[in-house]
Amino acid sequence: MDALVLEGLTKVYGNSVTALKGIDLTVAEGDFCALLGPNGAGKTTAIGIVTSLVNKTSGKVAVFGHDLDREREAAKACIGVVPQEVNLNMFEKCFNTLVNQAGYYGVPARLARRRAEKYLRLLHLWDKRDEISRKLSGGMKRRLMIARALVHEPRLLILDEPTAGVDIEIRRSIWDLMREINGSGVTIILTTHYLEEAEHLCRNIAIIDEGTIIENDSMTNVIRKLQREAFVLSLQERINEAPMLDGYTVRLRNDREIEVEVAKGQGLNRLFDELSARSLEVSSMRTKTNRLEELFMRLVENKQMTPQ
Amino acid sequence: MSASGRSATSQALAGAARPERSLLAINLVGLGTIAHKEVRRVLRIWVQTIIPPAITMTLYFIIFGSLIGRRIGEMDGVPYTTFIAPGLIMMAVIQNSFGNVVSSFFSSKLQQHLEEMLVAPLSVFTIVIGFVIGGVSRGLLVAALVTVVAMFFTDLRLEYPLVTFSVIVLVAMVFSLAGLLNAIFARNFDDISIIPTFVLAPLTYLGGVFFSISLLTPFWQNVALANPILYMVNAFRYGMLGASDIPLGIAFSIIVGAFLALFGLALVLLHRGTGIRS
Repeated sequence: MDALVLEGLTKVYGNSVTALKGIDLTVAEGDFCALLGPNGAGKTTAIGIVTSLVNKTSGKVAVFGHDLDREREAAKACIGVVPQEVNLNMFEKCFNTLVNQAGYYGVPARLARRRAEKYLRLLHLWDKRDEISRKLSGGMKRRLMIARALVHEPRLLILDEPTAGVDIEIRRSIWDLMREINGSGVTIILTTHYLEEAEHLCRNIAIIDEGTIIENDSMTNVIRKLQREAFVLSLQERINEAPMLDGYTVRLRNDREIEVEVAKGQGLNRLFDELSARSLEVSSMRTKTNRLEELFMRLVENKQMTPQ
Repeated sequence: MSASGRSATSQALAGAARPERSLLAINLVGLGTIAHKEVRRVLRIWVQTIIPPAITMTLYFIIFGSLIGRRIGEMDGVPYTTFIAPGLIMMAVIQNSFGNVVSSFFSSKLQQHLEEMLVAPLSVFTIVIGFVIGGVSRGLLVAALVTVVAMFFTDLRLEYPLVTFSVIVLVAMVFSLAGLLNAIFARNFDDISIIPTFVLAPLTYLGGVFFSISLLTPFWQNVALANPILYMVNAFRYGMLGASDIPLGIAFSIIVGAFLALFGLALVLLHRGTGIRS
């Protein structure tokens, strides 16, 4: 069964800003999926709609087969969410924060207290159980929010930039924990703008930019795609089919244009030799715009500007 | 995380069980959780929630009851201090039920921890009732305290206990809902002080707490009848003293009508996400 299905999901805010332009996404049960994109791409809006914190404009959302419009409560019961912003009750003790959250999901009080202890210990917060959350450090607040999202033992865990603003050590420990959680059978969707984070953790990746999903594939395939570049060659003669060139992937665009995929670092001289050998004269050549690559460049620039 | 920590993590997560619960069971436990949290909040900050209204009402009894009341003599056939006691209890209930929910819901909204409830599989009905229970609890707690204070100044009677109790609970529910609606629309702290200052206070003071509307000219009596708090104060006074300016049936109809209207409105607004979802 699919853990999450989004179909034609659209969000237009009151100020006429279109945050999502009809996105489609399917996340399989047990997957560890990254939703990657720069700030303002629409990641948090998409997560907000799935978790019922944002009203969608149109489209469909289903969580483990429960349609969000028709079976909202059943869908919500499957989800645990760690939001991007700290949204803890600053005057509530850590222990009570978890017990209350479990209660909101229908976990009876005695079991809720046992779960609160279990997840506070798991997140190394047990000795802080009687502290109010206002007194916790930034990293501890993040861990408390993760414990809070886990306390009702959801089937789908959504983490919206869980490591934003935390130091490297805490980030690594959160990564370890997420891998363990996913290993226990929980589907995880992680939004991030850290490439390294997505690459380290996730099996599949959806890249979102300006409200559109521009890539949705396995992490392996996406990395492979990024390691290649494409050129469009205009030919002087008309051709009917793409020529077979050893070591290159060639696609016919039209009867005068071919698209050639070249691994990064691979020379182009042999390409022209091969074309000449087939009596194909190239009149012009241009690099094909790779939106995915452009996006990655922006993300990398963003990463370089972000203090580690 | 340490190696031993990871081992513990694996063991703990492996034991995670996910039993299916019915939505009714989820909402019943959820309601208990919200109500418990709200009541605990009232008791935790008792210096802000319980003591100030008790002091204010004590001052009212000293000034209007003992000092000025002695010169007024009787009103509607009872000593003036006795006459104002039900009104002052009702005033405390109105202010505290309203104030509790407006501040609790608005601060949840402002700090964003209201999202804890919004992402959970709770119906809006449960959320509304949970906050109302908090408001009613504080209203009744303060009412009990003011009643004890009143007993130091006058001999209180309880003519119709059922009427007294049902009116006080219904009024506490009405003003808890009003506080919730105020908090739903509020965007800053100014917005949660406007209604208590410019609407609730004038309506309460002019709602027959300190006087019988029989003292007013016919024109002002008709104006006073447009004030819903007048009906609440008089119904409560009838329950305690057996005297009222308003027929009990009309008063009950207006209180129940107000409750149903505000409850319906709160459900619709929360369902739509007004003020809480973008």
